[in-house]
This record gives sequence, structure tokens and C-alpha cells, in this order.
Amino acid sequence: MTDNHCTLPTLVRQPFERRAFISYVLSAITILAAVAACIPLFSVLVMLIYRGGRRLSLEIFYALPPTAFESGGGFGNAIVGTLFMVGIAAAISIPFGILAAIYLAELNPHSKAAQIARFSAKTMTGLPSILAGVFAYATVVLTLGHYSAWAGGVALSLLMLPVVLLTAEQAIIMVPRPMKEAAYGMGCTPAQTMIKVTLPVAMPGIITGVVLAVARAAGETAPLLFTSLFSDYWLQANEPTASLAVLIYNYSGMPFENQIELAWTASLVLVVLVFVLNIISRAIGQRKK
Amino acid sequence: MVTNPLGLDDSSGLTQPPSAGDIFVNKSFKALTAFFTWATILLLAYIVFKIGSEALPAVSKYGLEFLTSTTWDVNEGKFGILPEIWGTLYSSLLALGLGGFFGIAIAIFLTQDFLPYRVEMVLKNIIELLAAIPSVVYGLWGIFVLIPLLRPMCNFLNTNFGGIPFFSTSLSGPGMFPAALVLSIMILPTVAAISQDAFRAIPLKTKEAAFGMGTTRWEAILRVMIPTASGGIFGALVLGFGRALGETMALAMLIGNSNKISLSLFAPGNTLASLLALNFPEAGNHETSVLMYAACILLLITLLVNIAGAFIIAKTGSGGK
Repeated sequence: MTDNHCTLPTLVRQPFERRAFISYVLSAITILAAVAACIPLFSVLVMLIYRGGRRLSLEIFYALPPTAFESGGGFGNAIVGTLFMVGIAAAISIPFGILAAIYLAELNPHSKAAQIARFSAKTMTGLPSILAGVFAYATVVLTLGHYSAWAGGVALSLLMLPVVLLTAEQAIIMVPRPMKEAAYGMGCTPAQTMIKVTLPVAMPGIITGVVLAVARAAGETAPLLFTSLFSDYWLQANEPTASLAVLIYNYSGMPFENQIELAWTASLVLVVLVFVLNIISRAIGQRKK
Repeated sequence: MVTNPLGLDDSSGLTQPPSAGDIFVNKSFKALTAFFTWATILLLAYIVFKIGSEALPAVSKYGLEFLTSTTWDVNEGKFGILPEIWGTLYSSLLALGLGGFFGIAIAIFLTQDFLPYRVEMVLKNIIELLAAIPSVVYGLWGIFVLIPLLRPMCNFLNTNFGGIPFFSTSLSGPGMFPAALVLSIMILPTVAAISQDAFRAIPLKTKEAAFGMGTTRWEAILRVMIPTASGGIFGALVLGFGRALGETMALAMLIGNSNKISLSLFAPGNTLASLLALNFPEAGNHETSVLMYAACILLLITLLVNIAGAFIIAKTGSGGK
């Protein structure tokens, strides 16, 4: 190397050369940031298991909430209430969303109506959940004159609808063109093609969206605060109705240890429910590939 | 009626034109789907209309003064939401700063070959699960875990650096900083997911070209990848901001609900959404109308921000190709 006068620069990067050093430092910062972002998740989970797990027993699933200084108790009525209201919301938003998605994805995708509807649905995904509650209050509660499970269900359906609609639209678009064309070629009407070929093929994708929407609705509190309110008794659809989410909110502000413990246990139950729904939707979504 | 216009042999009976019943079903099916498409549009319009019309009495009574006055007194009939507007924007901006930084860092970490593919996917799923936890659970966690954890640190900052306006009060319990921190955790998955899409949309050649010119990994990221993905990242930040503006429960539980405007991070405040959550259940007829006015303002702000975000993402094709 010393024979000729130019020396080749080494192509191996020196760790303390300025450019390489900056790169390493930034990498370290990124890794730290990513790890730090996972801490809250683990902290929440650990606390849920630690504080919520203590009270986990069969009693909480069938007992009614305790009064102020009572010990024990559970939140069976809140679990029933959450399931009932999410059920109402699903019954409204699933047919609504899927039928609109069929029009958007297949029957008339480029029409003005479809474009505006797509835009409306995207806008509704960003609608603050509390405003869904305000709307349900103005329409259902003021009309009926009292708080009810129906009002809560309507409020939740507003939040589920755009999720169901947009994921179903994507799922229907993803069905291979040749399959649809084969059906048309055999003389199927558009409706027959949709019902007998496209929808069954798109079903896993549609179900993924529906399950995600249900998971989201189950955890929503804000829309229920002044539509279904809360109740210490078992479900009566025309009366104020308890839900897990509102129970957690109400009990978290109480000065009684028993209620706070129940809030943690209710959170554990709610998070397990939501996680299970998420995992189911992922499993379905993965299988279709 | 021509039953066999092409003159094909259909004597086998295998081919038939659709029966009257089929055509009827087809037409009504189409009409049904069109109906629900229009229903989607009308629903959004009706939401805006309904909240607006319920707010009308209050709008005509208080006018624009509602937006600029600071007292909320039901007994005296004085209502103003300036502190709530301030609190909404302040908490959302703080959350956007924190959540945006971490969100983009995670998006870079997950897309720029730091990890083997499998680990990338595991981490991606963990971040998505952060979004699945209901906000009321974050609120509970904030009250019983985060605030006790933050209080000594915040009060240390207050006693030693109280001269800086941001640290000018002590954290006695709920306050702006814990609320913004939880809010940032909640918008982080949104920012991370959309920015990841933006990074993934960049063709591999772009990165190869940068590395081929001898850049270090971070020179490639900072000078090539981020500018290319900037449209998508910006859209992600705007949508995250939109989520933060409308988030209710965690803030109602953590921000302290005090009707004051303060620059201090540790002072309690209030937001539009948590004002609605707290006052609505016990509101009388008149206050309900006033709250509807506040709901209108919140609706207006979030719609504008969300439409802007969606527009930016659509315009830049989420990857800035």
C-alpha cells in the first residue's frame, strides 16, 4: 500500500467517526422511545391483573352493585347491560353498514352518492364519541322523555356504523374480479352475484370489521353517560341501564375502597372482553389471506 | 318480445333469461342498498342539524360572547367556554407533541429494518393493542397509578423551577400534565399506524439509492425517507390531533375540571368534551341548550381538523409518491 502514494480509505465504518456516531445515537433514542411507548401498556395490564384480579370471583358476575358502605357485591347487571346495548347497536349498524358498503363497493362505486357517502363515513369515524351521546340524547332521550338502554344502543350504533361500512367496502372490493365476472357470465343478476358469490367470499373481511366495531363499542363510555345513565338494578330496556364502562367511571370517583376495587375488576373484565374480540378479528382476518 | 335475440340454441333448457322474480329481487336489492347509502349521508347531515337546532336558543341568546367569556355559572345564567376551548387545544397540542414524537419514532423503528420481520409484527400488534384499551380504563389507571407517580416529580419541578410559567403551580391531584400524558398514549397508535403506512409506501429503490450513495442509516432516514413520507406523516399528526380534541373520558377523569386558563402544566383545567360529560347528566332545560352550543363548537373544530387530515392523506397518496 505504501508503494503508490494514494491510500485507500477503509470501507468499514469507524464507530466514533462523527457521521456513524450520530447514527448510533439516533438509533438508540428510537429504540428507547419504542420501548418507552410499550411501558404504559404493560403497566396497565399488570395493574389490571394485580388490582382487578383480587376481586375476581363468580360473585361479581351475578351479584348487583353494592351500596355505599356495603361490602362484596358485583356488577352482573352492568355486564348484561353492556351486552344488550352493544347488541342493539350491532343490530342497527351491521345491516345498515353492509348494505351501504355493497352499493359503495360494487353496485355504483363512482356515483356522486357513493362518493359523498364514503366521505360522510370517513368523517363519522372522527366524530367524538361524546357527540354521539349528545345526538342520541337530543333524538331518543328527549323524544321518549326518559333515559333508556335504547338510547345507549343508538349512540353506540353511530360509532360502529362507519367502521362496519368502510371495512365491509374494502372486503367487497378485495374479492377477485374474475369470480364476479364468472357469476355474471353465467347469467346471474347483480343481486344474485352479490348474495351468492361476492358476499360469501368477502365474509371473513366483513366479520373482522364487525368484531372490531363491537370491541370499540363495548369500551365506549362517553356516549352512554347521559343516554343510558346507570342503574343498580337488573336490565329493563326502558329504564336507565348499567354498563361496565359507566360503572368504572362512576366508581373510580367514589371514596369507598370496595367500589374502587370493583372498578378495577370491571376494567379487567372489560379489557379481557375487548382483547378477546380483537384477537378473534385478527385470527379471522389472517385466515382469509 | 324477443326471447332469443341471438338465435342460439336453447332447446336444452339450461339457459334461461332471468325470471320476473329475479329481476324484481335485483331491482329491490339495488334500491335497498341505494337507500342505505343515502341514509349514511343524511345521518351525518341530521347529526349536524340536530345538534345545531338544539343549540339555537343558546346561540341566539349568548352569541359570540359565549366563546370569549370565562365564567360558567348556572345560577346566574352566565356561560362562557373560553377556558374549555383553551384546555381542549392546550391538552391536545401537548399530547400531539408527545404522542407525535413517540408515534413517528415507532413508525421509523418498525419500518426501517431495525428488527427482524417477526419481531416487527409482534411490536406492531402490541402498539395496536394500546388503541384497543378503552379510554375509561386509561382514566382509572391515570388516577391510581400515573398521578401518584408523577406528583413528587412535578412538585419538585414546581419548588425548584416555579419561576417558569409551565411549572408555576404544584400538582395537587388531577391536572393538565397527567391528562395530556394519557392523551398522548391514546393518540400514539393512530400516529404510528398511519406513519407506518406512509413509510411502507416508499419504493425500496428510493432507500437503495440513498444507501448506494454511502449515507448512514440515519442520513437516509432524515434526508430521504422522512421528506418522502412527510405528507402521510403530516396527515397522521392531523388525524391524531383530531382524536385528541374529541377524547372525553380520560380527560374528564384526569384534568381536574376547573374553569381556569393557566399556562401551568400542573394546574387543573377543562376541555369541551369533559365539560359535556360532566354537566350534561344533571343539566336543566336551559343549560342543556347551552351545552348543545358547546357541542356544536366541538363538532365544528373536530370536523374541520378531520376533514383537513383526510384531505392531506388523500392528496399525498399516503406515501408522497
